[in-house]
Amino acid sequence: MDIIADVLERNGLLFAFVVVGALMMISGWLSKTLTRGRLQGSAIAIMLGLVLAYFGGINTGGEAGLADIAIFSGLGLMGGAMLRDFAIVATAYGVDLQEIKKAGAAGVVALIAGIVVSFVVGAAVAAAFGYTDPESMATIGAGAATYIVGPVTGTAIGASSEVIALSVAAGLIKAVVVMVCTPLIAPFIGLNNPKSAMAYGGLMGTTSGVAGGLAATDKRLVPYGAMTATFYTGLGCLLGPSVFYFALVGLFG
Amino acid sequence: MVLYGVAALALCMLVGMLIGDVLGVAVGVDANVGGVGFAMILLVVATDRLRKRGLFPKPTEQGVLFWSALYIPIVIAMASTQNVAEAIGGGPMAAIAGLGALAAGAALVPVIARIGGQSEPLPAMTEEEKAEA
Repeated sequence: MDIIADVLERNGLLFAFVVVGALMMISGWLSKTLTRGRLQGSAIAIMLGLVLAYFGGINTGGEAGLADIAIFSGLGLMGGAMLRDFAIVATAYGVDLQEIKKAGAAGVVALIAGIVVSFVVGAAVAAAFGYTDPESMATIGAGAATYIVGPVTGTAIGASSEVIALSVAAGLIKAVVVMVCTPLIAPFIGLNNPKSAMAYGGLMGTTSGVAGGLAATDKRLVPYGAMTATFYTGLGCLLGPSVFYFALVGLFG
Repeated sequence: MVLYGVAALALCMLVGMLIGDVLGVAVGVDANVGGVGFAMILLVVATDRLRKRGLFPKPTEQGVLFWSALYIPIVIAMASTQNVAEAIGGGPMAAIAGLGALAAGAALVPVIARIGGQSEPLPAMTEEEKAEA
């Protein structure tokens, strides 16, 4: 047993390919037999991945889901930011620049609306749970934008570490539910063309959520959604500790 | 050569990331601003020009298409390494904040997608496209 585990650990990335391949095979089969193809295999695979990540996290107490278990550590490299962004950029090959130009205005509006809406919703929920000081409201609002904007904002304005942890959790929840729910809500919000995908990317902003959600909906939409989502975190980090925080101080401080 | 495609893709990504980081420093935030987006535009523009001059032959193209095809498996690996335990451990407030942001954002998609005229849905995926995914 030790020898097997040793080989798998030393060749982590290769074992990750095998694990994901097996996951996709099982998911494809489940998609055909249980949902008659209605729910895409990739959507099921992403959900299975999230479930496995949950058990990995519970078992190890680590932060990287299944990748915290030594033999699965290759999943961390395979699904890490470097290869993920590399593959996202590759999906843009053959994209029609005309489509992007046509949707440019909608994309910019979506970005600004997405950040503002997340901040406001997050801050309102924070206030409803009794976190009524501007620092906590701004930090949790920023966390509802993405799990990166939350701690960046919280650290900049001096929120408590408990609130910062909550903001990360809010951002993580958003990323996870965006991954799972995108294919389910897509038909209701007209998410079936490049322009609505660009709007969706700007409104949601979580790169991992949008990347996973659109992959499970229609792979051809990925580059459009990712195009706007990639500006979101930077813009959020810019607005969170400044405009948004000062607005809250003005209103409730 | 297949590697030329991979190298071109990597170069676009590195340049895009650099632009994103520089932009982040310029506006004073500790984050990459739009790196992936710039990389994508670079790739689309550069490959389009090279193709028109016949400098981006099929084998080179394969180097890019391979990574594009690996996208979904990579996203599945990403899903399995998310900090789901902490997300769920955040309790009801974190969950409501995250879900609320999703719901409010999703509700705005049809409104914002209307800016600049209605778009046609993409045609249904062909069997070949489905098999690639």
